[in-house]
Amino acid sequence: MEELKAELKAKIIQVLNLEDVSAEDIKDDDSLFGDGLGLDSIDALELIVLLDKEYGIKLSDPKQGKAIFESINTMAEFIAENRTK
Amino acid sequence: MQNQAYIIHHARIAGNKLYRNGELIFTAQAEGFADFAKQAYKELNLDYPKFYKMDNLSKLAILCADVVLSEAYNHQNVAILLSNKSGSLDTDRRHQASIQQEDNFYPSPAIFVYTLANICLGEISIRHDLKSENIFLINETFDAETMHAQASYLLQSKKADYVLCGWVELFDEKYKAVLYLVGPSGQTEHSINQINDLINK
Repeated sequence: MEELKAELKAKIIQVLNLEDVSAEDIKDDDSLFGDGLGLDSIDALELIVLLDKEYGIKLSDPKQGKAIFESINTMAEFIAENRTK
Repeated sequence: MQNQAYIIHHARIAGNKLYRNGELIFTAQAEGFADFAKQAYKELNLDYPKFYKMDNLSKLAILCADVVLSEAYNHQNVAILLSNKSGSLDTDRRHQASIQQEDNFYPSPAIFVYTLANICLGEISIRHDLKSENIFLINETFDAETMHAQASYLLQSKKADYVLCGWVELFDEKYKAVLYLVGPSGQTEHSINQINDLINK
């Protein structure tokens, strides 16, 4: 799980062009949206694409994203349980 | 009816060089526009992380606009009137590449939202908190007469107190931006000849 979390942080930084952020800056339970990492609605769509492209997970209901993308912890747990690649 | 207008400030970006009012203020040894833009962002101390998420056309527009518009113009009634030749084709092509293969079909929302040239108007407006008239025209070459007429109309009709005008072109690593701010006072007359001089230098 720790390996997956580290991989997720690196992919998020790359995909979302977070130039001023390093993996060490993102705590596992930090909020990804709002006051945490400050991601926006377009970032949320990018994360949905990332789940599909990298882990073979298609979100049928985008509203699921709110709970899944709460933090690195919640994302990693969801991916570990649902990944198809 | 005719109120005299002036070119207050101007800026130019081309060939890894950035000029403010004709003076070279930054040059870089850069490998491509993205590298140049990153270096210029740091040189100008923009402190605006959203910059990194923009496409290259918007980065070019934001950099040039930041040189022309000091903070004194934030929240002011500054209309924006821009033009280029290639529209958003540079980003359109990146989007096309992401949907080219049926078995690797992953369009990026962050790229897709920049597949309109006038998005860079919005980026400038957000950056400087402008809620003003704006338009983006696509032309083979810069049309100084139209730009002059439209800027004059916006000022004379009091739809704007200032107008940020110019050319913001980027395609396939070739780029050039020339922006100038028109307003009620300044040293340089807002005339078609002066505009052509600025653009074609």
